[in-house]
Amino acid sequence: MAKRFQIQQMPGFRTIAVVTFVLLYMPIFLLVIYSFNAGTSIAIWEGFSWRWYVSAWDNQQVQEATIRSLVIAFWASAISTTLAVLAALATTRTRKFKGQAAVFAMINQPLMVPEIVTAVALLIFFAMIKVATGYTGLMYLVIAHTAFCIPFAYLPIRARLIGMDLALEQAAADLYAPPFRVFTRITLPQLWPGILAGAMLAFVISLDDVVITEFVKSAGQDTLPTYMLGQLRRVVTPEVNAISTVLLGISVTMVVAFTALSKLKT
Amino acid sequence: MTDSAPPASYATVAEKRASRVRWMLLAPALVVLLFAASGPLLITLVYSMLTPADYGGVVWKPTGDAWFNVFMQRDIFDDTLSWSSAHLSIFWRSVKLSLMTTVGCIVFGFPTAYFIATRPKQQRDLWMLLIIIPFWTNILIRTFAVVELIRNEGTINTLLMWTGLIDEPIQILFTEFSILVGMIYVYLPLMVLPLYASMERLDFSLVEAGYDLYATRMKVLRRIILPLVKPGVIAGSILVFVPSLGAYVTPRVMGGGNQLMIGNLIELQFGQGRNWPLGAALSITLLAIVMVALMAYVRTAGKEGPGHG
Repeated sequence: MAKRFQIQQMPGFRTIAVVTFVLLYMPIFLLVIYSFNAGTSIAIWEGFSWRWYVSAWDNQQVQEATIRSLVIAFWASAISTTLAVLAALATTRTRKFKGQAAVFAMINQPLMVPEIVTAVALLIFFAMIKVATGYTGLMYLVIAHTAFCIPFAYLPIRARLIGMDLALEQAAADLYAPPFRVFTRITLPQLWPGILAGAMLAFVISLDDVVITEFVKSAGQDTLPTYMLGQLRRVVTPEVNAISTVLLGISVTMVVAFTALSKLKT
Repeated sequence: MTDSAPPASYATVAEKRASRVRWMLLAPALVVLLFAASGPLLITLVYSMLTPADYGGVVWKPTGDAWFNVFMQRDIFDDTLSWSSAHLSIFWRSVKLSLMTTVGCIVFGFPTAYFIATRPKQQRDLWMLLIIIPFWTNILIRTFAVVELIRNEGTINTLLMWTGLIDEPIQILFTEFSILVGMIYVYLPLMVLPLYASMERLDFSLVEAGYDLYATRMKVLRRIILPLVKPGVIAGSILVFVPSLGAYVTPRVMGGGNQLMIGNLIELQFGQGRNWPLGAALSITLLAIVMVALMAYVRTAGKEGPGHG
């Protein structure tokens, strides 16, 4: 093909784009590759081995942190998604209502306020409650995670709800289906992909959180990310790479599934 | 209103009922948010006006000391007042690095978003997925991936020493530069996402018209493309600047405790500093700066017309 004048092309843009993608993925690839290193170095390759995965698996602190992370992420995503469904039903497909701006501001607050500010605020507030009640369990982390997961669960659910046709629900109501029946038989089945997408997003967000967890956790309540943050101060072995790779795998799977779900036609 | 509309009283009853249902549905979410997001912020504001206790926590005695100490300090010997140079330099570093991060993200993000937006339609989603995956990946893991690359015993230094170019590892980690690199790396997707959204809708017949009128590529970029995607640039800049300013993990890992940013200064007050009111005042200050930036954004976005945000 003869070289034609391409109106969309900009000189150098393609090169910078390619460089950007390489720079974006090279550190992650190296991180994954060295998790399989037989040696103790994160830069000198000494052959393939599962050694660091085995050592992470056998590490009691890692085991406990993993279970804690999963428990928190499960409850936070389950609760926040439930609350987000209710909130989305109340705020979508209605006329403007009194207090709407305030409601949106509250729901979106975790997205706008810097994490460190929320973290410090929770540290102060929960310290007061801890002193007053003496309870230092996992509930603080679950509630904190639930709160900042709400907007992440809310957005895809709301998006799905906006795209849904009201006609089916109106038809059901016309045929004397009570409101709850309309919800379970008509709304919920259509809304399902949005709910699943929201729940997965919330799960990943909770699983990945560092800052708020670091400030809210009581002694001995490390999650995987805060455990890793603590480890970074020491001499680093590929064990951290192995843990990172597993977390990375979970995130990538969830994101791909999430993207596929949001593409489902209403 | 048409004749067939129900009488007014009937409508208000239905509306009242709808309103009650709405607030019942909203209540659980709002209660949780009030308990673990909005409420604690108010308590932080109160704490910023109290006296610090000796071992962390507060004494319930109101004072303006914490707010005074955000920017000022009193000499312990002769009581003279001066600007708190330690705090000011940390604030300055935070603002400077956040601005540089924003510029860096534009430099890499603009051509990348443009590249993706000009791919054939079927390919674009795949390219965007490559941007979204890092976006949803743990910030700590991504920071750590960069650390492994640039630390003294890391990939770059090992490679350079192996080739004989250097004898001693180059100290890249624990510098302001490494924080900058880490933040650009971590926040780049936040720039590409809104840029792509505005570029995807770019009408290339306008670009073609420009070329027909003998505009150079530079001129087309500056006079046609840039004005059209400006809302995307502004949105991306805010999305990068705001979290950069409040960054905690990246400067902690990349700066190694020497190069503090506001987020680390705040943490210090709850750790070694044992000055909770000062920490609270510093957080509220950070929040105020962020809110001003967000408000400026909403204002410009409003002027640019609907469809972006």
